[in-house]
Amino acid sequence: MAFVTPETARKDYDVVIVGSGAGGGQTAYTLCMEGAKVLLLEAGRNYDVAKETPMFQTNGEAPLGGTGTPDKHFGFHDATVDGGWAVPGEPYVSASDDPRQRFMWWRSRMLGGRTNHWGRISLRNGPYDFKPHSRDGLGFDWPISYEDVAPYYDKVEMLIGVYGGDEDLENTPASPKGILHPPPKPRLGELMIKKYGGKLGVPVIAAHRAVITKPMDHVNIPPKLHPNNPRAQRILAEDMKKRAACFWATPCGRGCSIRANYQSTTVHLPPAMDTGNLDILTDAMAREITQDENGKATGVTFVDKRTGRDAHVRGRIIVVAASACESVRLLLNSKSTRFANGLGNSSGLVGKYIMDTVGTSSGGQIPALENLPPMNDDGAGGMHLYAPWWLYKEQLAGKLDFARGYHIEIGSPGKQMPGVNTFAGLEFATKGSYGRKFKEDVRRYYGSFISMGGRGEMIPNEKSFCELDPKVKDKWGIPVLRFHWEWSEHEINQVAHMRQTFAEIVESMGGTVRRSPHTDPRDYIAKGGEIIHEVGGAIMGADPRKSVTNQWGQLWDVKNVFLTDGAPFPSNADKNPTLTIMALAWRAADYMLDEMKKGNL
Amino acid sequence: MNTPELPRIDRRTAIKWMLTASASLALAPHISFGEHVATVFDGAGYGTDPLLNKSYKPGDFWPLTLTPAQRQTVAALCDVVIPADAKSPSASAVGVHDFIDEWVSAPYPVQVSDRKLILEGIEWIEAESQRRFGIHFVNTIARQKTVLCDDICYEPEAREEFKEAAKFFARFRDLTAAGFYTTPQGMKDVGYIGNVPLGSFDGPPPEVIKRLGLDEV
Repeated sequence: MAFVTPETARKDYDVVIVGSGAGGGQTAYTLCMEGAKVLLLEAGRNYDVAKETPMFQTNGEAPLGGTGTPDKHFGFHDATVDGGWAVPGEPYVSASDDPRQRFMWWRSRMLGGRTNHWGRISLRNGPYDFKPHSRDGLGFDWPISYEDVAPYYDKVEMLIGVYGGDEDLENTPASPKGILHPPPKPRLGELMIKKYGGKLGVPVIAAHRAVITKPMDHVNIPPKLHPNNPRAQRILAEDMKKRAACFWATPCGRGCSIRANYQSTTVHLPPAMDTGNLDILTDAMAREITQDENGKATGVTFVDKRTGRDAHVRGRIIVVAASACESVRLLLNSKSTRFANGLGNSSGLVGKYIMDTVGTSSGGQIPALENLPPMNDDGAGGMHLYAPWWLYKEQLAGKLDFARGYHIEIGSPGKQMPGVNTFAGLEFATKGSYGRKFKEDVRRYYGSFISMGGRGEMIPNEKSFCELDPKVKDKWGIPVLRFHWEWSEHEINQVAHMRQTFAEIVESMGGTVRRSPHTDPRDYIAKGGEIIHEVGGAIMGADPRKSVTNQWGQLWDVKNVFLTDGAPFPSNADKNPTLTIMALAWRAADYMLDEMKKGNL
Repeated sequence: MNTPELPRIDRRTAIKWMLTASASLALAPHISFGEHVATVFDGAGYGTDPLLNKSYKPGDFWPLTLTPAQRQTVAALCDVVIPADAKSPSASAVGVHDFIDEWVSAPYPVQVSDRKLILEGIEWIEAESQRRFGIHFVNTIARQKTVLCDDICYEPEAREEFKEAAKFFARFRDLTAAGFYTTPQGMKDVGYIGNVPLGSFDGPPPEVIKRLGLDEV
């Protein structure tokens, strides 16, 4: 275990990684387990999950009942440090005043980054998702196929632990038998949506989430993940023993001190540090990737936030995994005579094709769920069931007015811990009761609400991109990003379809639909970035003129620089990106190891 | 009415704080991007890195600012919204007026906006009580409180002259419920039985699943 400072860090590393989230964590893990010497730079502070996670604090123990504020946008107990939609001293710019063209950027300044608070939804891309252009002529194909990535999905799922079912549906691949953990039993609201959604043709199946529901198989998994590497097997086995299965309490968004869910800080970094090969340097804000006269990257200059001074580390390989847009920013800020427009930007495509997930949500109040006896609905701290996209045939037949699909994330809080808004606005049902009648009404309606969130695929477009702002700099003088955003008709029509579907489901179960008052889909579509699935900006491809990296996330222009976050995604399937980020990071790290061994890097 | 009176901050501190709050409000972004630059909240809140695994109480992060008279009215009105019954105590008995004091004293934009609504509403309630009954709201009897609150408890059906007060009441009811149902007593009232570690998650009771026709799903 080594947390280092600019003073105590080595002078040279095999690999310097910028960013400690899903991409950086996985890259560090794979490299360190196989013997590479790695330095991980993290812009935020160190973060101790075991000591800092609020596991059983109630909402009532937090200021303002735990509700979100401009200091903690997702609520007081959310595992985000110095982050959110705005970060002190680190602005970003919107190119347009129009709220419909605004991009929102969630950042986190802590070890493990956004993996500490994410939803743990871990869906594999399917075969279609890697070849979208071939299917409908829109966007770009990946230079790899599902078959290339599948073995890495297997590895990542075995390493982090994912619960899910064994359904194998169109473009929604099953994992090989024995890899997933058993899914938790559904809650009532989820069963209602399964029953009534099912009647409308919506398939509702077990969600896949990175939460372990049984102890990690420390005997059989390590040899599969690290064949011919007994030391790595031993280290991983020991660490797996320290992870406890979910005990069905406290929301995952707070992080998990018993390490039942995946966060980089509880799954990737501890075994990587146990190898002795990983140094971690926190409070290190990357400013620039340095280059030699041949255009090869030599290291990273970063701001030591504790002192405000610049420092530099050298690496044979530089991995950028700072989150898609932050990685783009670092490339654009790494200018040289050779790369006047930013590192790796000979194609002019760095910053282009930023994609988020298409989202909207609505829900309803369900009379059948009123007045139910007490029951524990906490479960796995997130959804147990979801609905994958199901209208492939209708779409192929031209019956839909948008391309690509969405899955439905089910919000069935049931009788989970009351928060500030649990009983807010109840007068729509109570006609304004107060006093003893209000207390009876609260008991009656508690647990009778469901919601559905649509999470769909956005097609990359020319008008959604980021670039350096010519004027604005952050508090260390580093130029910041300016975002341009526009949804196409595909996305707008898609959210209209979502809302229609959700209303049909709610009404079919006798419920009253509750949704945002907006009627124009341009207003109720979530803003760009708001779903926090932003990817792209340095897309991978088969042609150096039309892409920034190759299939390994390796810059076409600079062979010792790799991107292992969402930046190289040339499309953004409706499947949440984190699992794919990790699978590709593992794959890229294997390639780096191989190339180092061959002397190519 | 014997609302326990709680220690208050001194007036000077309160004024100093209010000045800070209004100054920061002027700077606060309201998610307006100003020069198209996303800015951050820089008011006197709990900051972007508060200690999370700790239990807090109103007043820990920013001073409470309601006057004793306002607190009494708030406590009395809380108890009109959530009185004691066989199952749980009243709102003020579990400190919901403290929660509302914390809320309206907070420096964040939503709370600053609620502060105006709540303080004006409290003032209106008091004035209306004086006008109708000639006494302080806290001294009215239950029936008088009901007569008054019936006029403002549901905005869509409130008479024109009560619309504004009804908006206040709706928000006040939301805040009272927020404060009450996040206490142990409130959570017990609605039958929340989670937040305990379990060896297994067994799902909803089988008889309920059956009753709802979900056993074949």
